[in-house]
Amino acid sequence: MTDRIIEFERVVAGYSPSLTILNETTLDARRGEITLLIGPNGAGKSTVLKTLFGILVPRDGEVRFEGRRINGRAPRDLLAEGIAFVPQGRNLFPSLSVLHNLELGGITLPRAELPARIEEVLQRFPRIRQRTQNQASTLSGGEQKQLEVGRALLLRPRVLLIDEPSIGLSPRLVHDVMTLLRGLADAGTTVLMVEQNVRTALKYADRALVLEMGRLALDRPAAELLGDPDLNRLFLGGKAARVDAGRPP
Amino acid sequence: MKPALRVALLAASIAVLAAVALALKRSDVYLLTLYCVYLMATFGLNLTVGYAGQMSLGQAAFLGIGAYIAAILLKLGWPFLLVVPVAAVVCFVLGLVVGFPALRVQHHYLAFATLGFNVLVYLAMRNEEQITGGTFGISGIPRPTILGVDLGGHVAFYWFTLGSLVVLGLLLWWLLRSPWGRAFAALRDNPIRAESLGINITAYTLLAFAIGAACAGIGGVYFASLVEFIEPGPFHFSASLMMLLAVIVGGQGRFFGPVVGTVVIILVPELLRGSSAPWLKFMQVWYLAVFGVAVVLLMLWLPGGLLSIPERFARKAKPR
Repeated sequence: MTDRIIEFERVVAGYSPSLTILNETTLDARRGEITLLIGPNGAGKSTVLKTLFGILVPRDGEVRFEGRRINGRAPRDLLAEGIAFVPQGRNLFPSLSVLHNLELGGITLPRAELPARIEEVLQRFPRIRQRTQNQASTLSGGEQKQLEVGRALLLRPRVLLIDEPSIGLSPRLVHDVMTLLRGLADAGTTVLMVEQNVRTALKYADRALVLEMGRLALDRPAAELLGDPDLNRLFLGGKAARVDAGRPP
Repeated sequence: MKPALRVALLAASIAVLAAVALALKRSDVYLLTLYCVYLMATFGLNLTVGYAGQMSLGQAAFLGIGAYIAAILLKLGWPFLLVVPVAAVVCFVLGLVVGFPALRVQHHYLAFATLGFNVLVYLAMRNEEQITGGTFGISGIPRPTILGVDLGGHVAFYWFTLGSLVVLGLLLWWLLRSPWGRAFAALRDNPIRAESLGINITAYTLLAFAIGAACAGIGGVYFASLVEFIEPGPFHFSASLMMLLAVIVGGQGRFFGPVVGTVVIILVPELLRGSSAPWLKFMQVWYLAVFGVAVVLLMLWLPGGLLSIPERFARKAKPR
């Protein structure tokens, strides 16, 4: 079986017929790796995640999960298939308790299975366990992000899509979140991450994909890109002189 | 407050509400029964507006549909306990239909879509004389006899309505504390986040309208039996505005918000108007103006509703 668990092939997608963001985008993510999507604002990084998760329907091209076409499938179907999504920003329901937020993450599960799954997540996040009865809005930024990731893990996803997990977090909490994602990938979960905090994220990622104007401009091992003196220029959207979108076979 | 103490307090309040009818005048018992009827409708509206975050200005239409179904079927001799589920199901189905615009539009656009529905139903009630009796309405609606107990007396019917309200309230309490209730809250807080968790936002949006409408439909059945005569007037869209006001004044998205808010819209104006205290004499003429000013001030000072008062003081007391 190929190790490419997610594949985009010449995908065209956007927010309206007149606003195309992904412009025949071709890329992939490999099983058990952290794949980092980087690029300037408007390059289409978050749009890749939304299209993959069924929030946006591609106008052309093909999106595949484990070799099967998933264009236009609803988010709840994709959750059942094993893809979870943590969108950008604060994603908790602030008026609900921590426990109720977790329960919502498992709303598609049979009810009898839910307590065991919640226990499984709470074992991983001891700080969250101490605050299950608190209102979600009272958690610190780092705890909120842990809860968001924990909620996504309730369904034991094989692929975790996460959009800018470091937003609003202190450097130490960013390190905690990245370590958590690294641990998930090492345990076999595929992580596809969009992140503006590029230098930090590259330290934890396996592979980096640079997007420009809705197309893949660069596909390199993360460690290699981290040592590239042109990293800032690439990230800020200067002309990618050394474009190398060809992947190793 | 401990949950057991809360339950005890609630049970005691219901017992007092039931007992007080024995000491009140007939007109006051009527008013309390009317309060229970409107509370059924505003409980439902609170689910639609407060918990699920949808906008509705059509609740009076569902109250009216329930009332007309009851008027027609009760006069045909149907048993009351059969009419209640029939009205609930009809309103549930119509609520699903009215919920469809919510899948496309939100906020004031949705408000106008639901208001349009209310106007349409009102016109049908007024103009379809063969079915509804038009502006002459339908009179002689009987009060029920259940298991051989005649509920025609004003106190007996009040107790029956209060008991039914408690049952409806318990059902809604259970619903809102179930995963369904949390899904409604998720839908209100952020539909995209809710969808990313696998919540079927189409189904929950429609359900929010349908359950809210069914509650109003049930209220309508009790309304018809209470008043014993119905005509289109009480189901004008201005009644929908008052019900929305009750939800907001009490505290939308709080279970007991409508309990307080419905007091404000149903009981307070009548109490002000009927006051015989000398220093309140001017209220007999000015009660509506005073009521209007009070609502404006309340919305300015307490946009979270009356039940947000303790939180407001707690916030003020908290050191910065």
